[in-house]
This record gives sequence, C-alpha cells and structure tokens, in this order.
Amino acid sequence: MNIQTKYFGEMVVDDSNIIQFPGGVPGFVEEKEFVLLDFPGNSVFQVLQSFKTENLAFIVTIPYHFYREYSFDLDDSIQESLQIETESDVTVFSIVTLANTFEKSTLNLKAPVIINSKSKLGKQYILNNDDYPSKAKIWPTVASGVKGE
Amino acid sequence: MLVLTRKKNEAIQIGDEIEITVLEMEGDQIKLGIAAPKSVDIYRKEIYLDIQQQNNEAANISKDLLELLKDKNIT
Repeated sequence: MNIQTKYFGEMVVDDSNIIQFPGGVPGFVEEKEFVLLDFPGNSVFQVLQSFKTENLAFIVTIPYHFYREYSFDLDDSIQESLQIETESDVTVFSIVTLANTFEKSTLNLKAPVIINSKSKLGKQYILNNDDYPSKAKIWPTVASGVKGE
Repeated sequence: MLVLTRKKNEAIQIGDEIEITVLEMEGDQIKLGIAAPKSVDIYRKEIYLDIQQQNNEAANISKDLLELLKDKNIT
C-alpha cells in the first residue's frame, strides 16, 4: 500500500508492518496506526509515521544508545494490552525532539514508546515516577558514547 | 463540571468500574485512592500535559532539521 510520509514522500508500506496504537498517543488520540520507517544510511534513528496523516511523524531512537542504564518496569496493564508474553517481544523507543542544534535536542525518557513487534501493538507508556525526564539531553551522552566504544 | 463534596473515607463511583476514595487530607494535600480496570490509564494531570506538549513539539520539527541527524551514527 502506498502512503504519504512527512520526511520521505510517497512510500510503499506492507500492511503487515502497520502497528496499532489502540489508544492513540497523548496529544494525538485519534492516531491509531503507525509505521516505523528507517532513515537511509542511519541506523540510530527511525521515524514513527502516522499511517493516515502525512504530516504526523516522530523521530524515534532506541534510548539505550544514549542511556545504557535506562530501565523501568512494564506493569500488568500494558503487558496485557500489548499482549506481551516475553521480554523479547518488546522494543522500547524514545521520541526525539530535535532542536535547532543536535546538542540541544532531547529524548523523552519519561514516556517511552513500547512496541510489541509480534502482535504489532504499540503504546506510549507514561512512567508514573520521577526517575526520568521528558526532556533528557541527547548530548553529551553521544560524545561519551562514541568515545566509550 | 460536576462538583461533589466528600469527607475522609467517602468515595465517588464513576460508571460501573471506577471508584475514587478520599483517603487522607493534610493541609492542602489530599490523598486519593483510585480503583479502576487495568485498561484505564491514570496519570497525574501535569505529567499527562507535559507528555502531550512534548509530543506536539516533537511532531512539529521542520524537515530541514533532519540534516542534523546526518553523521550521527553512533553505534
């Protein structure tokens, strides 16, 4: 199926790649279907593109690239609603808010996007504790990450 | 907005499945107990608003900013 995307123009998307977000995401509760798109030549970031709304797309990343110690529990309710059976069903993404320089850009660690790649169900999971901010610096963890590896 | 007055340990029933109980009052703080089905998400309002706003910001990135991500392959 062809869809219009915010960053890459028209693309062909296989129906089996559509991820259902039954409750939408905060701020966009009517948006219930997304697809994950790769950035050509960039393995760190991906785009979570709305299936029906061309202009709605989030830049996402695996937060562990930047915060290796990042961890939280998934409560029963999300395990049930996303039909999570084992840990390996789950991929955790963080939404990136790009600022006018990369260094000022932030990651939302407070509300990770949880996707069950098996059931193709997703949800933005708001942590009910104050362990992580919604605007965590992407920098300087990038620099130290590079040096550390 | 419906306004109801409750005392300590009194509750409010919303629909068949949601119950909110006033557990404790101390100064300007009130402790509420909420019993609801697992499918109902419950958040502190200011946190929900923060995430909404953060999502709005993240969704409103101009296309040129994508240039910033070039050469940011860190793995």
